[in-house]
Parts: sequence; C-alpha cells; structure tokens
Amino acid sequence: MPQSPVQIPRFPQALAYPLRFMPLVPLSASLTAYSRRISKSHPELFRRLGAHGHTRFVLDPTDLPFVMLLDPNGGTPRVTVIRGAGEGAARIAGPLAALLGLVHGAYDGDALFFSRDLVIEGETAATLALRNAVDDAELDLSQEILNLSGPLANPLQRLLAFLERRTGVCLTRPDEVEIW
Amino acid sequence: MVMEIVCPAGTPAALRAAVKAGAHTIYCGFADETNARNFPGLNFDRSEMRDGVAFAHTHGAKVLVAINTFPRAGEEVIWHRAIDDAAASSADAVILADLGLLNYAAQNHPDLRRHLSVQAAAANADVINFYAEAFGVKRVVLPRVLSVPEIAEINAETEVETEVFVFGGLCVMAEGRCSLSSYATGLSPNMNGVCSPASHVEYSDDQGVLDARLGGYTIHRVGKNDPAPYPTLCKGCFNASGKSSHLFEDPVSLNAERLIPQLQQAGVAALKIEGRQRSRSYVAQVVRNFRAAVDALEAGHPLPEGMLARLSEGQAMTTGAYKKTWR
Repeated sequence: MPQSPVQIPRFPQALAYPLRFMPLVPLSASLTAYSRRISKSHPELFRRLGAHGHTRFVLDPTDLPFVMLLDPNGGTPRVTVIRGAGEGAARIAGPLAALLGLVHGAYDGDALFFSRDLVIEGETAATLALRNAVDDAELDLSQEILNLSGPLANPLQRLLAFLERRTGVCLTRPDEVEIW
Repeated sequence: MVMEIVCPAGTPAALRAAVKAGAHTIYCGFADETNARNFPGLNFDRSEMRDGVAFAHTHGAKVLVAINTFPRAGEEVIWHRAIDDAAASSADAVILADLGLLNYAAQNHPDLRRHLSVQAAAANADVINFYAEAFGVKRVVLPRVLSVPEIAEINAETEVETEVFVFGGLCVMAEGRCSLSSYATGLSPNMNGVCSPASHVEYSDDQGVLDARLGGYTIHRVGKNDPAPYPTLCKGCFNASGKSSHLFEDPVSLNAERLIPQLQQAGVAALKIEGRQRSRSYVAQVVRNFRAAVDALEAGHPLPEGMLARLSEGQAMTTGAYKKTWR
C-alpha cells in the first residue's frame, strides 16, 4: 500500500449525507463572493496562474456529495457547486481535509499525489500552476472569514480552533516557526 | 567547518519557509527558460528575486540564482539579462552550466561568484579545474553518479568547493545531455528548462488503476495499492525481452542523510536538496531535518532519526551512487 504522508481525516458520512439535500445556488454564490475577496487580497495568486488564468478546475472533495467548479476568470473568479462529476480541463480530487491542508500549506501536494491521497486528471500543467500559485499565496481561509465577521470574529475564531483540534483538519495556515 | 545546507525554493513563500527552517543557502531561478525548473506557476520575477535576496540576507542566509539551461543561438540576450539581473538583485552567486554564459559572467560581473551547475556534468578533477582556471568557478555541483570515494578523490585534486545532492529526485543521466524528455515531447531540461513538461503529462484514473502518459505515450500503469508513478521516461515501466520493468531507473528518491559524516570526511562543502517544484511544506520539513543533522554532526552528537521517507518521490529511498550496488 502507498504510505500516506499524514493521517488525513475523512468528513463524517453522517454529516455528509444531509449535504445531499443542501441548496447549491446560495452555496455557489457565497463561495464566488468569498473567492473574489481572496482574489483582491492575493492578486499574485491569479498572476501566477499565467496561461491558465481562464482554465476551469474541478475541485472534488471525495468525501462530500458535490464538486466545485472553479473558473479563475482572469482574477474575477467564479465558483459553481454541482452534484455529479463536473466538467473542466483539470480535476483535483481528494478528501476535503487534504484539499484544505494543501491550500494552507500544511501538506505537500506531490507527497499526497504519490501516496494516492490526491488524484489529478486532465491538464497537468494547469493543476501544477494552481498548486504552485496557491502554495505561494500563503492563504488562510479561516482568517479571510474572520475578517468579514465583525464582532463575531473572536467567538468564531475560538470555534474554528476547537474544530481544528477536534477533527485534525487544517482549517488555518499553520504558524511558521523560526527555529534558527 | 559546518557543511552548508543548500535548499530549493520555487516560490518566494518557499524561500521564506526555507530561511525560517534554517537553510544556510537557497537556490532559485527566474520565471523563464533560463533555469532548469521552468514549470507553470513556479519561480521568481525580478522584483520577487530582489525581495527574496533581501529577506535571506536579513536572516543571514545566501541566495544562489540558477541560470543553468543552455541558450538558444541568437537568443543569448535572454540569458545574459538573467545574469545581469541576478547581479543587480545582490544574489550571492549564479549557478551556470554553459561555457558562453560562464564567460559572460566572468567578463561582465567578475565579483559575482560563479558556481558550476550539475547540468555541466563535470565529474572529474581535470574538467573542474579547467572551469576554475578559465572562468573562475568557485564551486561545482557534482553529478549524482559518483561514489563517496570518488568524491574524495576529486576533492583531493581540486581547490574548487564541491556541492552534492543529498535528498530528492534522483537523476543518474549525464545531466545537461539527457534527451529522453525531448524524444517524447520535443522539450528538454537542457534547452527549455523542463524535463517531462507538465503540458505533456497526463494521468488518468480508472477505478484505481492509474496511467501516466508523457507526450501521448503510456510510460507507467499502476494498481490502486501502488504509489502513483513518476512522469519521466527514465522512471517509466516498459515491456522488453518478455518482462515488464523499470529499464532505466527504479522510481526511487535520493536520501543520503546517513552518509553526511562520510561526505564531510570526503571534503564536501555543501549539501544540496532537490525540489524547487515541491511545496513550502516539503522545503521546511526537509530543511529542518538536514539542518538538525549537520548541527548534530558539528556538535559531535549522533545523527537524528530521519523522518523523510514519506516525502520522497515514488515513496522509496536510495543512497544512489554514493554506495554503488549496480544491478
């Protein structure tokens, strides 16, 4: 068996099941607004995509009952959540925790790929560009949400920290410790 | 003297991670065909290079700029500009392979330290001394085909510092001359900075059976319980003479961390980690590991146990040619 670089938590099936009935249009709209906020705070991410700035990516959290279609759209991204396989030039599939860990720089994409925790298909160059652009952007998805949360930011931060500890899912960007 | 840890950085974030993790030196390249890791989304523009060098210097680390592909006839200005810009960014050295570029750097930037890239495939003391005498080369990155005793012999016959790979992807070809990638894709690491360019790599997963294709040719197919295959011809698996095997190289990754004491005794000045195409997470973990090892060696302590196997390409490790056991 290939050796996983880390133990990657799986989204509990009992919680994933109700998501089958979740309305996807509001979720798509929220994720689109969220991604556009990120594009404003991290414009270099889209610059690094270069020739792949208009490539459609299928992001497939394999433990959730939907996929996300990410259109970078030259820096004005659009996210569409659909049920089914989805169509795009490149597909990146893996447990939600693996995808979040990659975004936050906690995991190495190549290591997850060689261990088969991550599957990539389609245009490898586009996937590589996205992976490198995201890795360089040093994103913190939770911090982006907290920045929007006003007076709720502090309790929300505590909740996220609690969830991170309980689930082992990397919900924030790990601190880089300066050790030397 | 403490052996220098030379770490890869494909992005400014990886450079900062390497510095924070304890790298003595970082090597990186511009985002074009002047360096041998010209992959999508990777590398530095001029402004990022200046900022990266400044960040490293502030933290006491050095930056080497790899300009280690071979210029196309008539387009030399692209490579010359890269050398000029590396010098302008206050880089500590340039890593070059081409004779013309070495000459250009020596003539136009005599104070800019010149290292000889592994792409020059300089594997004996005579040729290394030639580069030192002709172009003032101060350090050579040795090809990954030499045993530790052979490295010691070279060091005994040259004043040029030697730098050797200790971790990461393993290339046992005559680097700078390998044409395998060109056969399948028309693009090579030597001229275009891409070995098995991502634009020509395709993976397809059919119910767990994973195919790796390069330039339309299937070069490996694995079952659902196997590690994903590496997308280069040299590590592909082929049918020949009635059996299926890795004809050129097994898909293993170099890990010479246990050989660090012997490499030090052989006179090696610097230990190089491969992987500019890897993430900042990889860079930080590998750097920490090797920095701990050289510091332990310097302090006379036993080497710490390695934790790097799971980060390797192909998930299998070798000490490569340092301990030769040819098939």
